[in-house]
Amino acid sequence: MKADPLPDAEAALAALVARMQGKVAPDAAFVGIYSGGAWVAERLVERLGARPLGFIDVAYYRDDYARSGLKPNTRRTSLPFEVDGATIVLVDDVLYTGRSVRAAVNELFDFGRPERVELAVLVDRGGRELPIEATYTGARVAVTRDNTVVLSRDPGGTLSLRVEPVTGVA
Amino acid sequence: MTRNPQLDRNGGLRHLITLEGLPAEVITRVLDTAEPFVSVAEREVKKVPLLRGKAVFNLFFENSTRTRTTFEIAAKRLSADVINLNIGASSTAKGETLLDTVDNLCAMNADIFVVRHSQSGAPHLIASHLDATGRSHVHVVNAGDGRHAHPTQGLLDLYTIRHYKRDFGGLVVAVVGDILHSRVARSLIHGLTTMRAAEVRVIAPRTLLPTRVEALGVRVASDMREGLRGCDIVVMLRLQSERMKGALLPSAGEFFKQYGLTQDKLALAKPDAIVMHPGPMNRGVEIDSAVADGARSVILPQVTFGIAVRMAVLSLIASP
Repeated sequence: MKADPLPDAEAALAALVARMQGKVAPDAAFVGIYSGGAWVAERLVERLGARPLGFIDVAYYRDDYARSGLKPNTRRTSLPFEVDGATIVLVDDVLYTGRSVRAAVNELFDFGRPERVELAVLVDRGGRELPIEATYTGARVAVTRDNTVVLSRDPGGTLSLRVEPVTGVA
Repeated sequence: MTRNPQLDRNGGLRHLITLEGLPAEVITRVLDTAEPFVSVAEREVKKVPLLRGKAVFNLFFENSTRTRTTFEIAAKRLSADVINLNIGASSTAKGETLLDTVDNLCAMNADIFVVRHSQSGAPHLIASHLDATGRSHVHVVNAGDGRHAHPTQGLLDLYTIRHYKRDFGGLVVAVVGDILHSRVARSLIHGLTTMRAAEVRVIAPRTLLPTRVEALGVRVASDMREGLRGCDIVVMLRLQSERMKGALLPSAGEFFKQYGLTQDKLALAKPDAIVMHPGPMNRGVEIDSAVADGARSVILPQVTFGIAVRMAVLSLIASP
């Protein structure tokens, strides 16, 4: 079975920006989930105005360490603003099972108690395994479980989406 | 070729016994993994949930404060449960063998043993026993065995060097003092040669050098001033006072005069050379206070990095 054609990543980003404009709090901090979410968060700040920007690597909070171990190339989580009392928009590239978002929310709370946490995603591919939904979504697409949706960024900063077959342990 | 017993089928770390023979990629993986762990200490909650539900047993058959404490902190920052065994006052003193102690602790569902022992080879013995009895899910970290190895100290030394100098390639490293009895020196030398440091020099009186030390790939200097010239890194070793009792050294004062690191002697190294020491220091024996507390000393950062490096080792060996 062939999945839906993927949306253009730049078009999805434009749609996401349009949906957030006027809705997202002007002082909300954006926190991108590495790696794809970090790119999207950087672009959102460009388009929606200067605000605190942080990045989160959920490797230490994933629920599959006991199965697949520590992911290589873990980056430092950096939240250069007061998390306590902040409105935070978590930003990810692809929303799927919801497990990364669960991990990111847990990690956020180890830095303080945010006032409110929202979620912005470039693409929602369905397939949720946890009760998690995005506040803002760029595009929706149906992709079969044996495929993964990958965001990449070229040297000029342009984002693109592609589908790859799942290999090995998911 | 038989595979390294410290590595699993995929080349991942399952025990850490020695840096000797450990591939450069594995060492680099540990150092890279340690880097983001440094920042965990800056969080409101200084903990990540990686080893939640795992039991780490600190088996210290020989005294240690710093190593035991930093292993304990590392395990706790990973959310593991830590059990410290005061072996001197326990079953071993009542005649239980090492492997019986291990079997009993496995029956209490140990996941990781951190082992310090005065006998070289004790951690290796435990690891072989676990592997031979089909308990491959239980891991061993050597926290110092006899004169043999102290791999996490070697790794934290490598981490510190890489932190300040970025790359091992062009570096000249001097290791000064009691090389003969030092597992710290042995582990660091193996690590540096694997990471292809340009030159490792050992500076010590002949009586404190192992025979055929050159076989480790080091250059020997018995004159400290000559040995320090042009160094990027100076690693001072602790002079164990018990060594004075034998015929190896005349006196602490005499040793300080010849091999103690003073500002004067340090001036012969490169202007941006850094000074390291594994601790505990004997001020006025192997290192002058002005150097230990000086701008080029990275002795306290070593301790901080040591926690992150031990977090990296624990989380990598416990990875399936």
